[in-house]
Amino acid sequence: MKKALLLPAICLLLASCGGGNSEKGKNPYQQDGDSKKEANGNPSYDPQRGEGKFTHVDVSPTLNAEMAANGKKAYDVKCNSCHKLSAEKLVGPGWQGVTSRHTAEWIMNFATNTDAMINKDPKAQAMLELCMVRMPNQNLSDEDARSLYEFMRQNDGVK
Amino acid sequence: MKQLKYLAFTGAIALVVGINACKPKNAGDAVTGDAASKAYVAPGKYDEFYNFVSGGFSGQMSVYGLPSGRLLRVIPVFSMDPEKGYGYSEESKPMLNTSHGFVPWDDLHHTELSQTNGEIDGRWVFGNANNTPRVARIDLTTFRTAEIIELPNSGGNHSSPFATENTEYIVAGTRFSVPPDYENGDIPINTYKKNFKGHISFISIGKEGQMDLAFQIECPGINFDLSHSGKDKSHGWFFFSCYNTEQANTLLEVNASQRDKDFVMAVNWKKAEEYLKAGKGKKIPTKYAHNVYNEKTHTATSEIKTEVTVLNAMELKDICYFIPCPKSPHGCDVDPTGEYIVGSGKLAALIPVFSFDKIQKAISDKAFDGDYQGIPVIKYEAALYGEVKKPGLGPLHTEFDGKGNAYTSMFVSSEVVKWNIKDLKVLDRAPTFYSVGHLCIPGGDSRKPNAKYLIAYNKITKDRYLPTGPELAQSAQLFDISGEKMQMILDFPTIGEPHYAQAVAASVIKDKSVKFYKIEENTNPYVSKGEGTTKVERKGNRIDVYMTAIRSHFSPDNIEGIRMGDEVYFHVTNLEQDWDVPHGFAIKGALNAELLIMPGETQTLKWNPDRVGIFPMYCTDFCSALHQEMSGYVRVSPSGSNVPLMFSTGKNLPESDSTKKN
Repeated sequence: MKKALLLPAICLLLASCGGGNSEKGKNPYQQDGDSKKEANGNPSYDPQRGEGKFTHVDVSPTLNAEMAANGKKAYDVKCNSCHKLSAEKLVGPGWQGVTSRHTAEWIMNFATNTDAMINKDPKAQAMLELCMVRMPNQNLSDEDARSLYEFMRQNDGVK
Repeated sequence: MKQLKYLAFTGAIALVVGINACKPKNAGDAVTGDAASKAYVAPGKYDEFYNFVSGGFSGQMSVYGLPSGRLLRVIPVFSMDPEKGYGYSEESKPMLNTSHGFVPWDDLHHTELSQTNGEIDGRWVFGNANNTPRVARIDLTTFRTAEIIELPNSGGNHSSPFATENTEYIVAGTRFSVPPDYENGDIPINTYKKNFKGHISFISIGKEGQMDLAFQIECPGINFDLSHSGKDKSHGWFFFSCYNTEQANTLLEVNASQRDKDFVMAVNWKKAEEYLKAGKGKKIPTKYAHNVYNEKTHTATSEIKTEVTVLNAMELKDICYFIPCPKSPHGCDVDPTGEYIVGSGKLAALIPVFSFDKIQKAISDKAFDGDYQGIPVIKYEAALYGEVKKPGLGPLHTEFDGKGNAYTSMFVSSEVVKWNIKDLKVLDRAPTFYSVGHLCIPGGDSRKPNAKYLIAYNKITKDRYLPTGPELAQSAQLFDISGEKMQMILDFPTIGEPHYAQAVAASVIKDKSVKFYKIEENTNPYVSKGEGTTKVERKGNRIDVYMTAIRSHFSPDNIEGIRMGDEVYFHVTNLEQDWDVPHGFAIKGALNAELLIMPGETQTLKWNPDRVGIFPMYCTDFCSALHQEMSGYVRVSPSGSNVPLMFSTGKNLPESDSTKKN
């Protein structure tokens, strides 16, 4: 978060020092995201994957029930205040069908790298316009994020 | 103000444009232009130092960034704090418990950062309660008060909370001698000389910071004012300034200023430890509170302890020695080498500097001027290294730069005086505004000062800021002391009356800062881990509301079935798991104020409804775009009403009236 804020600030500063070609109206976060190289070598922003540490998630065609059960536990503590399991929007969107709307990587990156994603991801930004509440970063562990994804799959009917 | 803004602006411009762009044309420009940029911290940038400042009669401790002088936090310590809910929430109330009961407001005088090998280690900062004698430990990962211990046999805990060089002990000397708690105190006040005693407390500090009143040393009935520990070669010793050796019990202003010299008392605490091990301490019945805040249950507990071990300095030889020190000494400061002890006689026209080596030699040679109530008095000349002549009027406190110089505050002549310890020559003077008390150099009482700045904490503010009626902010002044001459670079206001303060490089602390409490680790008995576990329970007249808060709603947010005469406890768990997302909680008519709940924390507000009706409740800390929507209602019915206990979130039930009787 801090880096995300600092970098554009420095860019703006450099730009204004260089002669003041400020590009009014352009979102500095998007500008930043398009050009920056990721530490993991990913060349540019991939809206299917989102931004974050998850580049590839192995998903089996069948459900890992134990993992889904752990995901349910995390959901009860950290998610269910805002997300229903139906399609109904509460604070955030309902989870029904979420696994067909987004890739596993996108969901897990969004859940663990929330602020950065809200700042640059077109789908996340569109959702923010609907919900008007920035999704809190609930500091999920990598394992929690994976388990939650499995729970979402269960919710979407994977057996 | 306008000028200052202009200076800050030019300073900023100078920074942006480049250092070579505009060189100052004369010395005057150099001083002022320079000053603004030296204290300027650009928006979004961090300060270089943390400054922990006593909040004086506010009872709290404030944290400033230096060199900007920006107020970063007020840490509630010895007083209730409506901004943080400290002392209001059921969980934090036990922190302010004492053997006298709940004390809502005290007076915090001095701050001391913990040390390892004589260097500030950034683990804890300690503070003393002057009125109802206590010492508090503040955890520097959370910037919260973690522990408070009360001091028996004491009255006015002033020479406190100073640390030994590995924080083995924090000391606390009584300012007002009193009859010990175990004696009958119902005696004439004018039997002071016979019945009043001064106790010095040694609080041991455990690996995790745990405080334990290890022992007390019983001394003659005089006033102990300030203290500092020996360091390096003098590690194992502690030095206390003493006044009222006249043992007056009335009009001390005159009666305690009779003698030409009072004392600095040298305490050999290693010797005291030997006596303690040998079983020479007396176990004395008494009562004192020991309060601990648990970061997992988010709850404080208060235990009343009933015994303390006392060593009698008049009977047990070689623990204490008195060193004559001119005219009611106040500050008692030890230089970074541990060799020089500076006593500041507040009515003296000189500053005596004592030598630790000479004190040791005087003790082995028995170079004594008799004794004072059974404690040997070392000959003044035998302990003296030398005197700083005509330093100014009213010397109070001394800090060190680690480069061989000392800085002493002069209360009466309102100045800071820099002098060289070796040759005792005055090197520089800088006026302060006004009537300076304590001084602070980062690490200035440790073995490793980081002497870039000096802060003067003044007793009088007068015209330094825009007037705000009879009551003014307190005044602190920042000096750049990196050069030969002190240069004032900033005024900044402080809360309460700033007494002592400590400062340390931000890097020692900032990366250890806790950002939120893990909800998984929350073991508060009333926690709700997720909305699915929220509920409202009735047990007789007691109602427990297990509630959650997350951006941006409470659950439950509609509660019915509360009756007059009920005692309602709102246990609010903040489910957020991110930095800087507290939620607040308030309900109309609550006589016990509000709550502020950090992410992952559970806090409890007690509420006794006083009338029948509908009571709104809401979040008091702006949390999101829908913060204004973060609210709910509680319905209160008459006592004996048959309205069933109901609670819900997000259910707009069909219009109904459950009080209607068919």
